[in-house]
Amino acid sequence: MIIPKLALRNLIGNGAKTWLNALVLSFSFVAIIWGQSIFEGMDKEMSKVTIDQEAAGGQYWAGVYDPYDPTSFDEAPAAIPADLSAEAAEGRAVPILIVPGTIYPKGRMMSVLLKGVDPGQSVLKLPFGSLKGGSGNIPGLVGTRTAKSAGLSKGDTVTVRWRDAAGTFDAADIEIVDIFQTQVQTVDVGQVWMPIQTLQEITGRSGQATIVTVPEGAAPKTYAGWAFQDHDVLLKDIKSFIQAKAMGFSIFYVTLMAMALLAIFNTQILSIWHRRREIGTMIALGMPRGRVIGLFTLEGSLLSILAAAVGAVYGLPLLIYMAKHGWVLPAGQADSFGLALNKALYPAYSLGLVIMTILIVLAATTVVSFLPTRKIATLKPTDALKGKWS
Amino acid sequence: MKSNFLKVPSRLGIGRPAVGFVILFLAAEALLAGLIAPEQTALSPAALLEKIDENAVPGNKIMVSSMTIHGRRGDRTVKSKSWIEGDDKAFTEYLEPPREKGIKMLKLGDQLWTYTPAADRVIGISGNMLRQSVMGSDLSYEDMMENRKWSTIYAAADDGTETVLDRPCRILKLTASVPDVAYEVRRIWVDESRFLVLKEERYGKSGRLLKTLEVGEVKQMEGRWVQTRALFRDVLKEGGGTEFIIESVDFEADIPEVLFSKASLRK
Repeated sequence: MIIPKLALRNLIGNGAKTWLNALVLSFSFVAIIWGQSIFEGMDKEMSKVTIDQEAAGGQYWAGVYDPYDPTSFDEAPAAIPADLSAEAAEGRAVPILIVPGTIYPKGRMMSVLLKGVDPGQSVLKLPFGSLKGGSGNIPGLVGTRTAKSAGLSKGDTVTVRWRDAAGTFDAADIEIVDIFQTQVQTVDVGQVWMPIQTLQEITGRSGQATIVTVPEGAAPKTYAGWAFQDHDVLLKDIKSFIQAKAMGFSIFYVTLMAMALLAIFNTQILSIWHRRREIGTMIALGMPRGRVIGLFTLEGSLLSILAAAVGAVYGLPLLIYMAKHGWVLPAGQADSFGLALNKALYPAYSLGLVIMTILIVLAATTVVSFLPTRKIATLKPTDALKGKWS
Repeated sequence: MKSNFLKVPSRLGIGRPAVGFVILFLAAEALLAGLIAPEQTALSPAALLEKIDENAVPGNKIMVSSMTIHGRRGDRTVKSKSWIEGDDKAFTEYLEPPREKGIKMLKLGDQLWTYTPAADRVIGISGNMLRQSVMGSDLSYEDMMENRKWSTIYAAADDGTETVLDRPCRILKLTASVPDVAYEVRRIWVDESRFLVLKEERYGKSGRLLKTLEVGEVKQMEGRWVQTRALFRDVLKEGGGTEFIIESVDFEADIPEVLFSKASLRK
């Protein structure tokens, strides 16, 4: 027990030097925990809202459908398998028909995707129920981004043109019955939602759909001509985005930590130099060199514990504040990523994250504290007592 | 009697190689109208439609034309030179304005490629890109890719008479006889003695008017009657439409076959 006691006493005895090192190291603690929790929070939030509003428990894609290949949209729609139709009738699946079209808001021409969905569906958490309304015209539902780019407001009528399954043009007026707000851009940008039955009728694609979304927990089945896509595919963009951003941000706290570790390393070297007589005395009195090395290494390692405590003093209120109010992004920035980002980022803290951070900082501090102490192993106590460094 | 579809190049947006064909009706007539006239009076709508199709001369021609887009923010004019062989092959090069100069376009059957010198890339236009407006004009690429003879895809019926450009015209209502047509119904105003279409309306399946074409001028060139100016309008869109003007046509021109290849786009 003598070593930890000595180490703690020496550490406190170092005064301002110790507190400065602890403060710098605490910045790393707080930055790592804050940064990682922000990305963890983003991942959770984006995944949740995308699952709620788009992916649900997975999607069956018809034929050649590829959301990144607009040339596949015309050919993809296929007859909904009988099983899935039955599931949809019971509210356990939602078929969506996707047809490229053109809208003419205020005389402008704008390419859109017409998406047909059952207004009574309950799988996706979007306000499709408003499509039950309308006053004679085809009811249409758009997101705020589409409404903004097209200059549409609730109650507006806009002409939409499309080609049916045979390639014949037609046009009709649709009434914007509602405008919904969503984080999930992939259900909003350049899209006009309407009842699937109407879209099937006007495009001559009766009984067809492009995708069928099933609720969470539904076991994937095999249907000829349809491919099941799980969260690995549907949330891939989110995971890749988080990974890339977290990697970029890690440069920030790695730099912070490197600075702190450099300070600790420097302090250790100076400390051993200044305390060479003390080291010589301890060895001369019979303390094994290993224990002397252990004492100095522990002094350095204890800095990380002290840093965690210092970090907690100012970091906890900061992290609690962030958890409550989030990190509000500058106006328009959330949308610029093209992903389901909220306007404010809320961190998600976990015990694992805190423990992992403490262990990483502790390990790094121990290593840099140990490195300068290796000199003690070759130190002659007689020289050290004279103030020489052999 | 001869008439042709001519293709004029254009470009969609700055730096984007979305280039398409603009189809104009270019009709021409041999100086034998008087001999044909007695025959025309007895023509049934179907026979008249066939005559219009027959007028489409599959021969070669080299044409210089301009396309003026009367948009919401002003007018833009694009000038181009086209080498055309029948209905299926066309090669077009932009001449003006400077930012469009050098862009080339090749149509072979139902395939379309464009070349942009700035990017030095040949890009195929297909799928959804065909639905896009050509240079913000009133035409989409799809509009310009139609090749089939009307008499094979439409049933014609008389729909009245009217005078257009001081010429007596028979109005024909064309209703699709096959499912895969772009426009379910067309109404065309035909100059019976020249078999020239002077006006056209295109309707959707529900009967809604979608696009119109109005010929503004007909001239004799190399002994043929040619529609030298036409206004194409997407009626769902605001703006003054897109005007096509044919500046010169060289009929029966010698065009090397090698021109109609993807390799020639980069030359």
